[in-house]
Amino acid sequence: MLLRIMKNNFLFSIGIIVCSLWIVIALVAPLITPYSYLAQDLAHRFQAPSSLHWFGTDSIGRDVFSRVLMGSRISLIAGLATIILASFVGMIYGGIAGYIGGLTDEIMMRISEMVMAFPGIILAMTIAAALGPSLYNTLLAMAIIWWPNYARVMRSMVIANKENEYVEAAKSLGASHFRIFFNEILPNSVGPVLVLATLDFGNAILLFSGLSFLGLGSPPPTPEWGAMVADGVLNFNYWWIGTFPGLAILTMAVGTNFIGDSLRDFLDPRLRKEL
Amino acid sequence: MGLLKYIARRLFFLVFLVIGVSLVVFVISHSVPSDPVLANLSQRNIDNPEMVEAFKAKWGMDKPLYTQYFIYVGNLVQGDLGTSIRTQRPVLDDLQDYFPATIELAIFSIIIAIIFGMLFGIISAIKRNSAMDQLIRGISVLGVSVPSFWLGLMFLLLFYVHFGIAPGPGRISPYLKPPVEVTNLYVIDALLAGNWSLARDALWHLLLPGLVLGSFTMGLITRTTRSSLLEVMSLDFIRTARAKGLTEKMIIMRHALGNALIPVVTVIGIGFGNLLGGMVLVETIFAWPGIGQYAYKAAGNLDFPAIIGVSILISINYVVINLLVDILYGILDPRVRYH
Repeated sequence: MLLRIMKNNFLFSIGIIVCSLWIVIALVAPLITPYSYLAQDLAHRFQAPSSLHWFGTDSIGRDVFSRVLMGSRISLIAGLATIILASFVGMIYGGIAGYIGGLTDEIMMRISEMVMAFPGIILAMTIAAALGPSLYNTLLAMAIIWWPNYARVMRSMVIANKENEYVEAAKSLGASHFRIFFNEILPNSVGPVLVLATLDFGNAILLFSGLSFLGLGSPPPTPEWGAMVADGVLNFNYWWIGTFPGLAILTMAVGTNFIGDSLRDFLDPRLRKEL
Repeated sequence: MGLLKYIARRLFFLVFLVIGVSLVVFVISHSVPSDPVLANLSQRNIDNPEMVEAFKAKWGMDKPLYTQYFIYVGNLVQGDLGTSIRTQRPVLDDLQDYFPATIELAIFSIIIAIIFGMLFGIISAIKRNSAMDQLIRGISVLGVSVPSFWLGLMFLLLFYVHFGIAPGPGRISPYLKPPVEVTNLYVIDALLAGNWSLARDALWHLLLPGLVLGSFTMGLITRTTRSSLLEVMSLDFIRTARAKGLTEKMIIMRHALGNALIPVVTVIGIGFGNLLGGMVLVETIFAWPGIGQYAYKAAGNLDFPAIIGVSILISINYVVINLLVDILYGILDPRVRYH
């Protein structure tokens, strides 16, 4: 099926190719980087891109190309961790709200709306600044602002599914609420949430690099793309320091969004015939 | 009557929102290892227990958490957002100073995003599956994928440093004086004062940050316009219109576009809300003296009164914009009923 879609959709094919490439790079990065991503060479700082240093060197003579390649690992892990964590929390939260219903549902949904109205990046910034900048804290902050969307989708799925006959049947067999929820309703409701989470992958990477740009990711010298762009802003006269890490973020986000965009069309039955 | 009741209910929700948002930041501010004392006093003062006590007493940090919160809410009801630890000024004054710059930039960006987004979306839908469609879809995906802080850096490097055709960071050129305060939106104030060159300068300074900030929303609007228009074009009444022998242009302008607009309005609302949040990155790059930079500095200094103030301001904006979108919904689509 994948190949059939790829044949008819140019953008989707590009997305698949770009993403596969980044995943391969992330897997083999330590084997293919020409220099260590940490190796400083003060005699060769601010070198413009050349055959020796494809993407040039930064303010303390580290090879930008090697750092960009290594940075792919953190970005992929950050994007993945955020959507997994957030969709897990969202599924449980939305599932409980939808299953119990009534006043509990009302209150829980109002709370989730509150989190949505909260300016996400400022909340994440505050949490990350308060807990101290580290990869773990930044991911935690992102998950905290990211889950309400999943909760809403999950809730509507659960509300629709709990009226089904098989739930009725399980109830009449004397199944506990716990069992009904986890065995009957949950497996039939997670699909759309997982799809949404997949489509969000690119956005998660973008938010993460934005926070990292603001200095809220791992402390240096970890090669994070966002932080490397910030380094490029500080060293404004040496364009290559910020340009290449930013291109890396862009290509990864474009790749996932090309896939997401085509998937969205494909999953929408009214638009399906064009794919 | 339904509409008025609906608006009243939503505005009532605002009260809870303000309480909730302030409570969240309050809880964060007191359950974390980081210490505003450390972030705001010099090392010599931290070593002096008397100074630390005085600092805590000054900002009310020596009282228990719930007392602090009640004092805060009590002040809030009277329109007092407290005093910023970092700037030593009332938070409300700070917000009044910084917010207009943000609003001016946000309005400019959303206008750019709406114009280009809808134009691209309509062309893309009409020329569906053509090379043009693929190109526009590519651009819209680029728009939602490009990291704004990086695009800002690229724009400055290219148009300011390399070609020298765009102005540098800031709201107006450093040698000009800001216009007389009326709305505090520089372009409008300058026009009101009849100062054309200043208005042009301010508008010129809006261009790069406005494009950067609007790129994401433009991508969203393009995508939504396209899919919504395509969906409407497959409905029966369009077939009827075709059967009547109307030209394709007439069908789109008179029959399809109005119906396709409804989801687009939602996205514009969401986009505008996002803009206000996304300000932090763009304002940092372009040294734009707005609420985003203010929030960034406040977070770095753990200046919680300021953080709460910004958060309340932006979330109220978000809710009000969504409310406006809902009302607009009813105007565009008479079938909508408010519950």
